[in-house]
Amino acid sequence: MPVEIPKDTWTGAVREVTIGATAAEGGTRATTVTIGGATTMPFMHFEGSIPHRPVIAVEIVNHRPDDWSHLLLDAWGDAANDPAAWAKAAEQAGADLIQLSLNQTGADGNPITPESAVTATKAVLEASGLPLLVFAPGQAELDNELLVPIAEATKGERIVLGIAEDKNYRTIVAAALANDHLVSARTAMDVNLAKQLNILIGDMGLPLDRVIMDPTTGALGYGIEYGYSVMERLRLAALQGDAMTQLPMLVTAGYETWKTKEAKVGEGVPQEWGDWTARAINWEVVTAVALLESGADIVVLRHPESIARVRAAIDELMAVPAAG
Amino acid sequence: MALTGIQIYKLLPQTNCKDCGFPTCLAFAMKLAAKQVELSSCPHVSEEAQAQLAESAAPPIRLVTLKANGHEVKAGNETVMFRHEKTFYHKTGLFVRVRDDEGPDAIKARVAPADAYAVNYVGMDLTLDGFAVESASNDPAQFEAAIAAVRSASQRPIILISRDPAVMAAGLKALDGESPLIYGADAANWEAMAALAGQHSAPLAVIGATLDELADLTQKIQGAGVEDMVLHPVATTLGASLALNTQIRRLALKKNFRPLGYPLIAFAGNDPVGETIAATQAIAKYAGFVVLDHFAPETVYSLLVLRENIYTDPQKPIQVQPGVYEINNPKPEDPVMVTTNFSITYFSVANEIEGAGLPGWLLVTDAEGMSVLTAWAAGKFDAERIAKAVKQFSIADKVSKKRIVLPGHVAVLSGELEEELPDWEVRVGPREAVDLPAFMKQAL
Repeated sequence: MPVEIPKDTWTGAVREVTIGATAAEGGTRATTVTIGGATTMPFMHFEGSIPHRPVIAVEIVNHRPDDWSHLLLDAWGDAANDPAAWAKAAEQAGADLIQLSLNQTGADGNPITPESAVTATKAVLEASGLPLLVFAPGQAELDNELLVPIAEATKGERIVLGIAEDKNYRTIVAAALANDHLVSARTAMDVNLAKQLNILIGDMGLPLDRVIMDPTTGALGYGIEYGYSVMERLRLAALQGDAMTQLPMLVTAGYETWKTKEAKVGEGVPQEWGDWTARAINWEVVTAVALLESGADIVVLRHPESIARVRAAIDELMAVPAAG
Repeated sequence: MALTGIQIYKLLPQTNCKDCGFPTCLAFAMKLAAKQVELSSCPHVSEEAQAQLAESAAPPIRLVTLKANGHEVKAGNETVMFRHEKTFYHKTGLFVRVRDDEGPDAIKARVAPADAYAVNYVGMDLTLDGFAVESASNDPAQFEAAIAAVRSASQRPIILISRDPAVMAAGLKALDGESPLIYGADAANWEAMAALAGQHSAPLAVIGATLDELADLTQKIQGAGVEDMVLHPVATTLGASLALNTQIRRLALKKNFRPLGYPLIAFAGNDPVGETIAATQAIAKYAGFVVLDHFAPETVYSLLVLRENIYTDPQKPIQVQPGVYEINNPKPEDPVMVTTNFSITYFSVANEIEGAGLPGWLLVTDAEGMSVLTAWAAGKFDAERIAKAVKQFSIADKVSKKRIVLPGHVAVLSGELEEELPDWEVRVGPREAVDLPAFMKQAL
């Protein structure tokens, strides 16, 4: 019997956001990455348009992060000693974007300086032609001290500056405005908080097609269901026409995963947890795939094997089936 | 089509007799419309009304139960597309597949550890649900031997896989008295398979690549008297599978389309890497049963936890047991920190301390599963409750230094807590868990 395919009708769409600028556009990137634009829920190709695939950002750090699991450091090898080499390795591993995380302390153990942060950022820009996200350590005052000179030194590159939160978004947004960059706006797993921050950022005059929202998530087993549902609710609201939710979403699946005991700890854990390396990668992949299904436009990952697996999953999810 | 509360009310006796447990017939009608009660709760409803209401009262996705030796796995009866709209009810059943050409010994060796597998997650023991036995040989005797091998190592429910009715009949005979899932019926064999399902009162999986094909088959099979069905929309990519599962769920829930109002089964594929990803999607997006080809603890653990997370009722937060949690083998001189029993709060705090490698005693108070600020605002996390927990769990006997660290968000409680615990030093810690390691290193 012929069954009519049930299609939801949506009035809204996610904004398109382009990260990076080529030489012709005032930057130096080899390519740019555009995300968003969807007029339907994730991967519902049969009822709407999904012009851009979700992308993978690979997290690197301005100097060897000794607090990272050695599973990660071993996988990246010597590349992890130098942000430029690391950026190249990340590109080879299949990154669409590079996310440079600035550690609070420099390689010498002293607090990071604005000069060294700018140097690291420029080194990464030179080493890889991929568009860049730069995330400061997450301490309001220090973040401002670092991000403003970075924004100025890289004017026109359309870098995503992070992390703009309710307590410190002003300086970061102003730096993005003045230097043709974007911001990533983070709120704590709540639809209304996310909307509110987007409104505040918009009120400062930054066009919303230069804002990505990070609704925060927990890793698998550590609150992923909250992030998952907040993202579904944000995306549903966006499709129903709520302008302040119509921003692409970024989730730091790698960061959250590699905080968990399941990923970090190999000894003294229950035998039922199985092989450590395989488990850690599974944890990151399951977290990332579940969040892609709930609407992530950028997933930030850490392990090279996770990158390959999540990329394969996105390929399959974006393969538009033949009509019918 | 589903009836509204008012339409249902008109069919009820309208006597407000309260025998159903609700104060009025209208209240009962509203509950019926929301599918939260069964019509059978009303002892006075007329036969005529019953017939009219039966259609409306039936759940839009039929509840199907696989049974064996005291074990049950249920799927169906779901009511929403997105978990935040209410909740997902029947956790996806996870099954591991064996093939009869592996031989009985190899089968037993694969089934036994998977059957015994139990992993603790926030105080719950999570396990697999059963096994799928496939006839690769197409030989009834070999199929029976494989089933016997599974049964020698596990009493859990079974999914029987063969398209050949003669082989399936042998399998069903071997599981007499159980309700295994028969997999399955297709356009070629449905009549014989439906007959077997009827004889053995076993649910029948229906296989089809399109909605049309599936709806065709379920209607024919229902016509043959079989009510309990499970759908396998066959797709070759993750995207196609997601689309089919979503379309079927929508038709059942939003259009009350009976021919597709059944739970779904998914096969995660035979590549171990792709299997994890396919199973992740199947758990999140609507599968009632998932069949895995491999049993590896590191994979099964992640899938069982995902299932637990997705099927958590959003209105009932997961709680951890109040008590004293020892992190990184603390010694008596190590600090005592206090937090609430909301699982995410607990994990955030415990993870930061554990991840930093710092030893400490974490006192988890009963805040009825709320986070620090919410619990404080609701009066579930105050000086009195914290002091009560300190005494109840005798933390003073474990430490040499009576010093307790409060979350920064409830700094306001420090004065009261000093009054409640006069021989303790009360310190105010950081507001966010992420700042705890630095605080512990610098201030303690």
